[in-house]
Amino acid sequence: MTDNGSIAAATWEQVELARHPDRPYALDYIHAIFGNFFELHGDRLFGDDHAIIGGPAALDHRTVMVIAQQKGRTTAERAMRNFGMANPEGYRKALRLIRQAERFQFPVIAFVDTSGAFPGAGAEERGIAWAIAENLVALAQARVPIVTMVLGEGGSGGALGIGVGDRLLMMEHSIYSVAMPEACASILWRDIARKVEAAQALKLTAADLKRMGLADEIVPEPSGGAHNDYGMAADAAGAALRRHLATLEAVAVDRLLEERYQRYRRIGATS
Amino acid sequence: MYRVLAGRSPRAGPGPPDRAVLSCPGCDRSLETERLRAAALWVCYRCGYHFRLRPLERMALLADAGSLLERDRDLVAPDPLGFIDSVPYASRIEEGRARCGSNEAVIWGDAAIGGEPLVFACLDFAFMGGSMGTATGEMITNAIEAATRRRVPLLIVTASGGARMQEGIFSLMQMAKTAAALGRLGAAGIPYVSLLTDPTMGGVTASFASLADVILAEPGAMIGFAGARVIQQATYETLPEGFQTAEFLWQHGMIDLVVPRPELPAVLRQLLDLYVKNEAAKDFELEPQANASAPTPAVRG
Repeated sequence: MTDNGSIAAATWEQVELARHPDRPYALDYIHAIFGNFFELHGDRLFGDDHAIIGGPAALDHRTVMVIAQQKGRTTAERAMRNFGMANPEGYRKALRLIRQAERFQFPVIAFVDTSGAFPGAGAEERGIAWAIAENLVALAQARVPIVTMVLGEGGSGGALGIGVGDRLLMMEHSIYSVAMPEACASILWRDIARKVEAAQALKLTAADLKRMGLADEIVPEPSGGAHNDYGMAADAAGAALRRHLATLEAVAVDRLLEERYQRYRRIGATS
Repeated sequence: MYRVLAGRSPRAGPGPPDRAVLSCPGCDRSLETERLRAAALWVCYRCGYHFRLRPLERMALLADAGSLLERDRDLVAPDPLGFIDSVPYASRIEEGRARCGSNEAVIWGDAAIGGEPLVFACLDFAFMGGSMGTATGEMITNAIEAATRRRVPLLIVTASGGARMQEGIFSLMQMAKTAAALGRLGAAGIPYVSLLTDPTMGGVTASFASLADVILAEPGAMIGFAGARVIQQATYETLPEGFQTAEFLWQHGMIDLVVPRPELPAVLRQLLDLYVKNEAAKDFELEPQANASAPTPAVRG
């Protein structure tokens, strides 16, 4: 195997770990890290999307607002969660929770785990692009600290729709990309079979994002991956969240917002 | 009146070709290029099909003659991933440059419509499918910030396949960057009008294109997030007639108005009259910039 081939293979192994069927999902982390999580339902406009969940939860002395993409474990739950691919209602529920977090001054903790927003006719009819775009603005302007953590897959605008914040943490074997490798291969070459090549070219591993300066921290996973020890993975995630939250809470809100703006402003800035 | 295309996948190239006669993608009938060009509208005089326009053609149609002062002409995309699809990314950029005569998939600058100063940005589908990489996002953000700083309205005309794969996650983050800048524009009370043209998809729709105070679209334009092919592969759904056309989006409440091209200048003047505060115009001063240039004739791909 060529060097290039072995790098591609190693990258693909990361993609498969990020999608491992036994990998802990958002609710596994939520129940392990927070106390008293109270799930809120519905976007107050159309319905309740089970691919995005959220609500207030206790983290030490404070209440935080948790927003998360949730995949299903069993066949029935996978269908119910739509494989973690949200419709507009999911993003609009998230928007409702962002606004509520601001009103009560709850920091926002967002767990990203999706291959992307749901590509469906109904999603288009109900303005999936509009829902995501509105969240980008709401998160950029929310006057509370926001910590984003990628648990497994961070796919495309569907991930970013709950993923704008003051810190980006990534679990060691998580990935984050402009498009999932299959979609990228389909767009560039109209050939999904070239997904491994696409994965390598996209530089989508946690280590890649850290090296490129986009991720602030990689949260270590137990040997072999988070699925081998949920408790250890959640402890590491919880510790990282607490540490970053404490730092952000010490920053005056106007400065926090300016720093958040500059965080994105300088990505690809030429001057 | 304006025929909506069935099927919708095969399209004419990015710009009208320079032949004496061309076949209309809307009605398949022969059209005299000279007649399309004479009106400068590039609308089929038989079926109303709207040909894709290049940015300078669009600006010539909508902005006051001689008012465009182009900015950021020197911005060139970096290659943060060292991406190679079948050719290196740098070669893709070079292809785009040779084909379009610009460094990126957007042209923007200061301009005026009906004497009213504004910031005008226009995406170029001929340049890598109008895709948004970091330089594209940077130019759009510079345009938004310029409008915010000078307190003049913002007009963005979109034509894009979405985020640019070759810059990976950096492209994705341009969605957040442009949206954050628009948040500040909105907070400053500066009006923003977007005109969605064929096609406007993916990360461009899901960021700055859909965040305008007033959203206009051209008849028959394909507008959406996921492409029809992707949706069919994922869901096996039968897509409704006219799915993701401008008219479809209007019916679903996503855009304010579908405007036939000949009516666009009047519609924009009407909106500027309504949204612009007169004192903003008095304070307007052009910022000097070394690479600012006079408008140049449209380059056709």
